[in-house]
Amino acid sequence: MYVELRDINKSFGNFKASDQVSFGIEKGSFIGLLGPSGSGKTTILRMIAGLETPDSGEILINGKVVNDIHPSKRGIGFVFQNYALFRYMTVYDNIAFGLKVQKADRKYIKERVAELISLIGLNGLEKRYPSQLSGGQRQRVAFARAIAPNPQLLLLDEPFAAIDAKVRQELRTWLRETITKLGITSIFVTHDQDEAIEVADKIIITNKGRVEQIGTPAEVYRDPQTAFTASFFGRTSFLTDYRKFKSFADMENVEQAIVRPEFVKVAKLDENIVYRASASEGIVLQTAFRGNTTELTIEVNGSTIYAHRGLNHPEIKVGEKVNVFLYRIFVTSENKAYLLENKTLSDNSVYI
Amino acid sequence: MKKTDTGITKWLLIGISFLFIFVMLVLPLFTVITEAFRNGWAAYQEAVTDEYTVKATLLTLEATFFAVLFNTIFGLFAAWAVTKFRFRGKKILTTLIDIPVTVSPIIAGLIFVLTFGRQSAIYPILQKMDIDIVFAVPGIVLATIFVTFPFISRELIPVLEAQGTDEEEAAALMGEKWSGIFRKITFPHIKWAFLYGIVLCTARAMGEFGAVSVLSGHLRGKTNTLPLHVEILFNEFKYVPAFAVSSILVLIAIVILVIRSMIEYIGKRNGEDVR
Repeated sequence: MYVELRDINKSFGNFKASDQVSFGIEKGSFIGLLGPSGSGKTTILRMIAGLETPDSGEILINGKVVNDIHPSKRGIGFVFQNYALFRYMTVYDNIAFGLKVQKADRKYIKERVAELISLIGLNGLEKRYPSQLSGGQRQRVAFARAIAPNPQLLLLDEPFAAIDAKVRQELRTWLRETITKLGITSIFVTHDQDEAIEVADKIIITNKGRVEQIGTPAEVYRDPQTAFTASFFGRTSFLTDYRKFKSFADMENVEQAIVRPEFVKVAKLDENIVYRASASEGIVLQTAFRGNTTELTIEVNGSTIYAHRGLNHPEIKVGEKVNVFLYRIFVTSENKAYLLENKTLSDNSVYI
Repeated sequence: MKKTDTGITKWLLIGISFLFIFVMLVLPLFTVITEAFRNGWAAYQEAVTDEYTVKATLLTLEATFFAVLFNTIFGLFAAWAVTKFRFRGKKILTTLIDIPVTVSPIIAGLIFVLTFGRQSAIYPILQKMDIDIVFAVPGIVLATIFVTFPFISRELIPVLEAQGTDEEEAAALMGEKWSGIFRKITFPHIKWAFLYGIVLCTARAMGEFGAVSVLSGHLRGKTNTLPLHVEILFNEFKYVPAFAVSSILVLIAIVILVIRSMIEYIGKRNGEDVR
């Protein structure tokens, strides 16, 4: 484990920002700290950097307890949410800052900065000030500044939050590729599930100061362990009583039944669908065009659920009656999440 | 219709502003100058080069210099402390900084007389150490410092607050020392507010009358500052010298404003973001 947190606690006044936080990160991995705002993810990042001090617990980097080690001696690079570029310095001076502080050789600084400027694709803009750059360019400069002194660990606080949607997509891919190329252990904080799933090797999900689940994007998405994780990904809806839907196993003490849009099959009444016997009839409350799909809000068996419908199928209108079939649902009990498959799927005899 | 409305409002507002500034500012200034030269250049020269006037001018400059020096250092530290750190009593400190502008200068003067004068408990100690404060130059400097001390910190606090602490944190993370952080990151940011604060502080320090009046004792040639000297001359019905001495204060004020504009001009030419 390259970075390790052991039973970290941190409070700001009455607010518990970290509650017994423990996890480990392997060298060379790219980790996403994912959670809603106020879940304590930024606090974790700032504690690893040494910008905040934990109330209790230990932080280890490369096997050494760093609690009492000055931030600048921890071998980290930090990319701030709003970049925090030095606004009275040029792009060149911003990137060279860390090296100059370390009193590196002048020729080396020149070479290193030139190398980084071409890495971030800002050749020719060395003499610009941050205010003369676009959001995406600033982000790249902040990244270059953070990695200039060759840190062993890179921390990024909401690296894409302040950039518009189109550039964000581009930057994500770029950052992912660049970090993989450099092989630097990185942790980034985000509240955006898509971003975490797309960019990270592993996701650490935080909620209310606690770590909910750690795993690869596929694991945390497909196999949520806690009630929070189950409801966090996707446009989830909750069933008031899942027993009203056909062919699901009965469980005791179920607190919530959660449905994601991809769990739902919607068909017009006159459309042929398999598993029709296990479908329920619902009524469409709302339709919203989402570009590549149409999002439907459907009232069925007393619950309101969201579903997607591809554009290649006949259009469904508001007020129309439809057949709704659920492939699977998540149910939670005592903060644990369980996947329930529709029994029809494993039972071939029900075919029509 | 709407367009003519804003036209009228615009010119009315501009007109009122100009009229107000003319009556309240330009006219009195003009009067000071014409009154000063009423008896011609020779009389003016005589009044200005008078031994007591020269001494009063030097004392004013001395008090101003120390007040600005002290308040620059104090103002910077106070603004830095208030905006960059979280601590108990921060609200109290920011409120206390404002006291000099809310308390009447006369009362400020009296407070110092009571603190350092003959009635005071520390008077014998000061006496033993051979330090005179009341009715002496240190008292004047002290009063000037007191009256002007919010000027610089008040200019700096909003600017520092708006900047936040991210850039400093970024620099600290890369191992920069606090002196370097201040020089390379914080100071470039507050430069113009700082300059403006110094200008305000200097102007106010030179013109201070109330607190200094109580503490000075009006000893001509010893503890008389320019504003006090003007009052004495005026009370002695020496109108031309009174206005002539006033014109010195006006002149210094203009010089300060010109210097400030010049520095700002140079800053703008270098593409910097001036207020």
